Formats: sequence, C-alpha cells, structure tokens
Amino acid sequence: MTLPSEQQRKERIDRGIKIRTDSIYAMMSYRELSYLALPRLILIVGMLIIPLVVPSMYWQRVFTISCIYALLAISFDFLAHYVGLVSLGGAFFVGIGGYLAAIANTSFGLPPWLTVPLATLIGGSLCTLLLLPCLPLRGVYFAIVSLMYPLFMARVIEALDILGGTDGIMGIDSFPNRWAEQYFLICILLLILFGARRLVNMDIGLVLRGVKDNDQAIRASGISVTFYKSVAVFLASAMGCMSGACLVHIYMWSGISLFALDFSIIPIAATVIGGSGTLVGPLLGCLILVPISELLRDFGTLRIVFYALILVAFIIFRSEGIMVYGQRKYHQFERWIKF
Amino acid sequence: MDKILNKEPILKVSGITKHFGGIKALSDVSFDVHEGEILGIIGPNGSGKTTVVNCITGFVKKTSGHVFFRGKDISRKPPHKIADMGVARTFQIMRPYYSLPAYKNLVIPLFSPRSRRTGGWRGGGRLGDRNTVGIDILEEIGFERDSYVPYKLAATLPTGYLKRLELARCLALKPEIIICDEIFSGLSMSEIASMVPLIERLQMDGITLIMIEHRLRELFRVTDRIMVLNFGEKLMEGNPKTVMANEEVKAAYFGSQTVQEVMDHA
Repeated sequence: MTLPSEQQRKERIDRGIKIRTDSIYAMMSYRELSYLALPRLILIVGMLIIPLVVPSMYWQRVFTISCIYALLAISFDFLAHYVGLVSLGGAFFVGIGGYLAAIANTSFGLPPWLTVPLATLIGGSLCTLLLLPCLPLRGVYFAIVSLMYPLFMARVIEALDILGGTDGIMGIDSFPNRWAEQYFLICILLLILFGARRLVNMDIGLVLRGVKDNDQAIRASGISVTFYKSVAVFLASAMGCMSGACLVHIYMWSGISLFALDFSIIPIAATVIGGSGTLVGPLLGCLILVPISELLRDFGTLRIVFYALILVAFIIFRSEGIMVYGQRKYHQFERWIKF
Repeated sequence: MDKILNKEPILKVSGITKHFGGIKALSDVSFDVHEGEILGIIGPNGSGKTTVVNCITGFVKKTSGHVFFRGKDISRKPPHKIADMGVARTFQIMRPYYSLPAYKNLVIPLFSPRSRRTGGWRGGGRLGDRNTVGIDILEEIGFERDSYVPYKLAATLPTGYLKRLELARCLALKPEIIICDEIFSGLSMSEIASMVPLIERLQMDGITLIMIEHRLRELFRVTDRIMVLNFGEKLMEGNPKTVMANEEVKAAYFGSQTVQEVMDHA
C-alpha cells in the first residue's frame, strides 16, 4: 500500500560503517579498512590499467588527452569550489605552460623531464603575477576577466608574429615513448588529485575555504586575503601550466591553438558532470566527456548537438554530478517514512 | 581611575571624518581609549557607531583623521595589518564560516601570522594542534566541550552561539583591544546574562574593550566610560550617570523613554 506523496518523505541515514570509519576506529577490522580503501583503490588501479586495455594507439592518445583535461578540471574545481574564484583562464594556463616548455626545449635544448617542472614553476608564477590585479574581483566578474587573458595572448602572438606567429613552434621533443608519456601523466594526475584532497582539509586549506565563505572575517583575523588568493591561483595555474607543457611534448608542436577556449570550457563541463567540490568528480567527468566527444567525430558538425544533448541530460537528471550521487549512495541508505 | 587616565592611551582617535558620497557619516570624532578600560559607544540608529569601528579597523577608508595604536599611526593600514597588531573586532552581522564546524572556525584565526607568533606551541603556533586549541577557546567562551555543539556546522548554530563564536574568533588572536559591535543585540535576556560575566573576565585578563551597544542596562554594568554619538558627531563622553543626565543626550537618544527607569536598573 502506498500513501499519497504528501505524507511520505525520503529519509537518508548514514550507514553504520560510514560512522565507524570516520575516526581511528576504522583500524578495527579489515571490513572497515576495505570500506575506506575500496573506492580509492578502484580509481588508482583503474587509472593504471586503462592504458593496457584500450584497444588502439588512437584510443591511448584519447586517454592521454583526457588526463590533460582532467588536470585542468581539478585545477578549476579547486579554485572555484574551495577558493571561490571561478576561473575561465584554463586556456591561458595551458598556453603559458605550453609555450614555456616549447621555448625551453627548442631554444635551450632542455629535455622533457626538465622542461615540464620548469614550465610548471615559472608558468605558475607568471600566471599568478598576471592575474594579481584581478584578485579583488569575485564570482562572475573574475570569470569574465580571466576569460580575457587567453583571447588576449592569442591575439598578441598573432599580431606581433612572435613565438612562431600563427605557425607556432615546431620540432619539440616528444616523451621517450608512449608508455612513459601515459604513466607519467597518470602518476602526476593521481598525486595532484590526492594532494589537493589533502590540502583542502589542512589548516591552510581551511583558510582558503574561509576566503570563499567570508573574506571579511579572514581580514578581521589578521590574514591577508590577497596573499592566500594568490597562493591558490599559483597552485591552480601551476597545474594548468603542467598540463600545457605535457601537451606540447605530446603534440610535438606549440601554437596559438593552445589558447583555444576548449581548455577553459571542457573542464567546466566535466566538473558539472562529475560533481563540483569533489575533486575526483571532474577527473571522472573528463574521462567520460573527452572520449564521447571523440566518438561523436563521425557525425561531423552534428557532434556539437549530441554533445550538448548529453550535457543537458546530465544537468536535468543528475545535476548534482556523478561523484556526489555516488558518494551519497555509498555512505547512506534511504527509506520512505510517514509523517 | 585617575591612574588609568594619566597613562598614554592605548588607542587614540583624532578627528576622523567619513563621507559616503554626500552623506556625512562621521565628522571630526576624537576620543582616547586607555589600557584595561571598557569604553561604551552609544547613539541612535544611523549615528555612525559602526562606521567608527570600520574606520579604526581599516575596513572603510577615512576621508580624514588619524588613529594611533600605542602611539603608532594605523590610519592608512589595511584591515589585516591592523588585526595583526592586536586590534580585533566582531561584526554586528555575524560572519562565521558557515560551511565549517564551530571549532574549525577557530583554526583559521589560529593560523594567522599573529597567532603563530604569539601563540607558542600550545597556542596553535608553528607546531601546535589548532583543533584542540580551538576547542579550548570555545570552552572558555561557553561552548560545552562534551556536547555536540563545538562540532556542529556553524550554519546550524543559534544566534547566541554565533555571537560567542565571533568573540572566540577575536580571542584566538590574543588581541590587546577587542571592539565589540553590538554583541548583545538579538540575544535573549538569559543569553545576555551569561555574556556579561564573560566580558568582565576579559577585562580582568587585561584586554581593553570598546563596546557598541543598544542594551544600556547591561552596558552600564560593565563600562565606566560612555561616549555618545549623534548624526556622526560626538555629543559627549563621561561616566554613565553624567552622560544620561545630559538633556541633549536625552533628546537625541531616548525620545520618549524615561531615562530614570533605565538609570534605576543600571
């Protein structure tokens, strides 16, 4: 017998095991430990296995590009959800990191294992420095100004015909082989993911979250808001620059298409699909979105229509995102109660 | 009392003026605050009390005038530098970090440069565990340690606890002055009754307080000096009895309320 819906409602309760594993008691038994370790192990082992099981080199490359986008998506989610800076500057970070790695490789002859860290650090500092004047802005205003940067850089390179102009920089070294390329990216991605998850729960992470919640109280606590915003922007832009640097070594070419808005938009779409604020969600979102957009290539220009339909479907049916939904199902059970 | 007055004031406000466009929020307000005292600032709505706080703590830029803290000019410093020197403030509209549990709210001020400098190992300094220090401070301010209250999300706490949390955020900085902006407003009589001893204890701990209040009875219990603002100008200052006896103050502040009734309870 079913009651009219007004008299029923769904109640969500944390599973007992979720509560037991919240503290040191998680060490009590293998069951509790595996409850904690299982989702993490699935992700790690899954990521490590994917390159071995995908059918062709083409799809291996698609997976590599997904990882590049995933780095950007984690950087976007970190900035937007934990610091309150909605950044559309992903393409700017990729471009700066990419061009720096390209210059370091072609002009100074540095190998990829030096150009990537160099581009990460120098690129991160450079992006932070350039974004410094916009840091007092918040929300949509910061988003619009940060969108201006990649557009601006592409026009500057085109107009002044510097850094190879519209032809770009060619003859960049690739990674030693495709396995090194893939596993380097996977390891970096997992390190950054778990590092970021830890960071946002550390004391400094709480300060960053405080900046989003309420920056006046941060000021009243004797903490400089601009300093911590720039620390966060440095971390996020360094991630973006690293993905850009890897990208030019994969394509063996660096051009103004590195400033293409794809690098700003796809990470945001992936964050919407995966669940914002989870940091893992954006990664999963990229692993779904980027291959789908490749599959749809057969449809030519119609692909944008299908792509949009998939996005709309996600927004309508799972607006919270895959990861938020998954976490809820994993940690809680639901039941109908009368009231 | 005389001994206090002879000393160099800890905070000296001289001639601050603030215009918001064409509106004169403050004009030429000057006063001194001495170490260890509690100064009350009262005045009708819109008389510029909160603007005084914002001007002292740097949250709004003064049109003119100076603020000296221990003889140092702090008029042009940004808010976080002023807080770093030991001038803490609460907000009239509570500003906790809503998405964090109450005790995690204190980890943030304990992470500030001032706390790391002054706190030492136990006080949340370089190596200290800021979570436990946060809970210690909350217990001091009236959160029951063994209850769930310190661990609840700030968004779910009632007003009384949020006001205490505001004060706790100031205490985490180990400040020399706390400026309380209407800390009693919105509280029930019993909540106020438990706050008053807290304020008295802060004074005994050697913290100087500036209190902006509408609750005169409770204010008069703790302060020994009152300043009255009206339309952005300082009407007068002095001890509660003489201030309340003043005809100008009566006219500006009380309107129809009988002054004697308030004074009887004070």
